[in-house]
Amino acid sequence: MGATILELRGVSAHYGRIQSLRQISLRVDEGEIVSIIGANGAGKSTTLMTVCGIVKASEGDILYQGASIRDVSPDRLPGMGLCQVPEGRRIFPRLSVSENLEMGAFFRRDADGVKKDMSLAFRLFPVLYERRTQKGGTLSGGEQQMLAIARALMSRPKMLLLDEPSLGLSPLISQHIFKIIKDINEQQGTTILLVEQNANIALSLADRGYVLETGRVVMEDKAERLRANPEIKKAYLGG
Amino acid sequence: MTRGSRVWMLFALAMGWLFLLLWPLLGIHPDGSLTFAEAFSVWWKIALAALFGFVIHRLSRAGVFDVVTRPLSRLTQGVGRVYASSPKWMFLVPLLAFALTYPFFTDRYAQDVAVNVLVYICLGLGLNVVVGLCGLLDLGYIAFYGVGAYTYALLSIHYGLSFWLSLPVCAALAAVAGCLIGYPTLRMRGDYLAIVTLGFGEIVRIVINNWMSLTNGPNGILGIAPPSIIVPAMKDGVLVMETVVMRQLSYMYYIILGLAVFTVVAVRRLNFSRIGRAWEAIREDETAAELMGVNTFRFKLLAYAMGAVFGGLAGAFFAARMRFVSPESFTFIESAMVLAMVVLGGLGSIPGVILGALALVALPEVFRQFELYRMLVFGGVMAVMMLVRPEGLWPAARMGKRSDDEG
Ligand SMILES: Nc1ncnc2c1ncn2[C@@H]1O[C@H](COP(=O)(O)OP(=O)(O)OP(=O)(O)O)[C@@H](O)[C@H]1O
Ligand SMILES: [Mg+2]
Repeated sequence: MGATILELRGVSAHYGRIQSLRQISLRVDEGEIVSIIGANGAGKSTTLMTVCGIVKASEGDILYQGASIRDVSPDRLPGMGLCQVPEGRRIFPRLSVSENLEMGAFFRRDADGVKKDMSLAFRLFPVLYERRTQKGGTLSGGEQQMLAIARALMSRPKMLLLDEPSLGLSPLISQHIFKIIKDINEQQGTTILLVEQNANIALSLADRGYVLETGRVVMEDKAERLRANPEIKKAYLGG
Repeated sequence: MTRGSRVWMLFALAMGWLFLLLWPLLGIHPDGSLTFAEAFSVWWKIALAALFGFVIHRLSRAGVFDVVTRPLSRLTQGVGRVYASSPKWMFLVPLLAFALTYPFFTDRYAQDVAVNVLVYICLGLGLNVVVGLCGLLDLGYIAFYGVGAYTYALLSIHYGLSFWLSLPVCAALAAVAGCLIGYPTLRMRGDYLAIVTLGFGEIVRIVINNWMSLTNGPNGILGIAPPSIIVPAMKDGVLVMETVVMRQLSYMYYIILGLAVFTVVAVRRLNFSRIGRAWEAIREDETAAELMGVNTFRFKLLAYAMGAVFGGLAGAFFAARMRFVSPESFTFIESAMVLAMVVLGGLGSIPGVILGALALVALPEVFRQFELYRMLVFGGVMAVMMLVRPEGLWPAARMGKRSDDEG
């Protein structure tokens, strides 16, 4: 494993007066897949939004490639190689599929490179090519998730933050999505921080995992050790 | 109860409700007496017309008119296909030719209406940048029109600055006003944004109304110079430069036509640029846009400023044409009219906004004799539009070929 690419040091976050993150500390190394699991409302999405600066950290520091990004404006992060696929996909419904992809490369000025990455994305998700002129909002849930991932890939990220990519998808489609995530990690060397409700799949994919409970990190370990942990089994793996 | 009779009961209910609305307007008199005859005489006409429309609607739903509508819809589809496949200049050139020759075969009145339409096209397109492209509701848009108009009025009165030199100043000041109004509102969304922009629009009008020493308050500013151009002319055999004051309405028509064409081209270029794409992304999902690297704050401010520029230019023209400005021209109802044009025509669609302006300015002229019921008809048309064409007269149709057709 390489050097640390992302590190959270005692990060807290508030929505108004409600505290939703309590001194979270976590670390992701280059080339890793790290998974965050936890119940509804544990603060997983908030963690990712805080990394991206959409939610401001009220305490602690966030380091990306060794430098603090706590006060970096969110729109500069894709240019630094840090991109998020937010929860619920959040594609642009009335833009076409290819326009959605172009938005992923918004900060890039190399038109040729963008074109090349677009055809790469289409090779990765052939169904998107078939639907390239269709409006994003008319895609099925699974196709929208693929579009959201492809859109993020258009920024050529060094690190991807994925928030519940299997949300609302059939097991078959989820498996397909997770396989692609694994491929992206292995073939392009993209570091991945994966938030998942489906702890089983997430932990089988990941190298390491963090367990979040009411805004706190309550456990961190190698993924296979977490999977074998009886408490985790009981709480998140269904038995 | 069958579905059919339920529908008729709803219709009867709606008509009863209409009467309840109508009666207080027409039946309660200032002296306190109550009558029913007037309200009833208006009501039965509307009810009859509505009944007629409703029966037609039911019949067409039942397929009675299929013999007519089938070929008709095939025809319109065919026309649409021909339109889509033939080059755009085939329609633009005749349209432009018509616009350029318009003053030669029309009278003063028709030209006056056309000038009005063109002013509203400029305003509609400007507002379209803010509302249609960036998705920010703005209920105080007319304030920028006012800023432009007063800027030219004051520059002309106090400094004798010519119309043409004033135009960039008007645009710049309107842009500044756009930023000033935009800046504090950018963190708000939806309802709050609507209320605050409405408030700002009123603030501008009230400031104009009360700042006597600068704007002469409600009396307005008189004696604004019309635009003039310098043309070479022969005088006693020597070439001299002569100033022609463009007082005639047809000159005015050409100026606003030029301004409108400029606005169309500029808005189109913005629409299809990187900036336009960022605006649309913000409209669709602000957080997602930010996650994709769009500086939403800067782009939203830019949308306000650009929208204001077009409003300011139209305002400068308005002052030059009327040669008089007063705060009355910049009331909320004007903002509402412009917004209605944008929505009626089709949010984000340039031909849609043009059609919307045409419909809302020219049609009331055609139906002059019904002036009294204009607002009623207006509301009715809006309601019907919402039902049959919720996306507007000419919805923004973009099938993702955007990056290609720009080359
Ligand atoms: N915009 C918001 N305003 C106020 N509170 C919020 C907001 N977003 C999240 N919260 C609160 O913060 C806490 C953490 O929410 P978060 O969305 O991070 O949970 P999560 O772990 O992603 O849950 P899920 O698995 O359901 O997506 C919750 O208690 C939630 O109610
Ligand atoms: Mg979540």
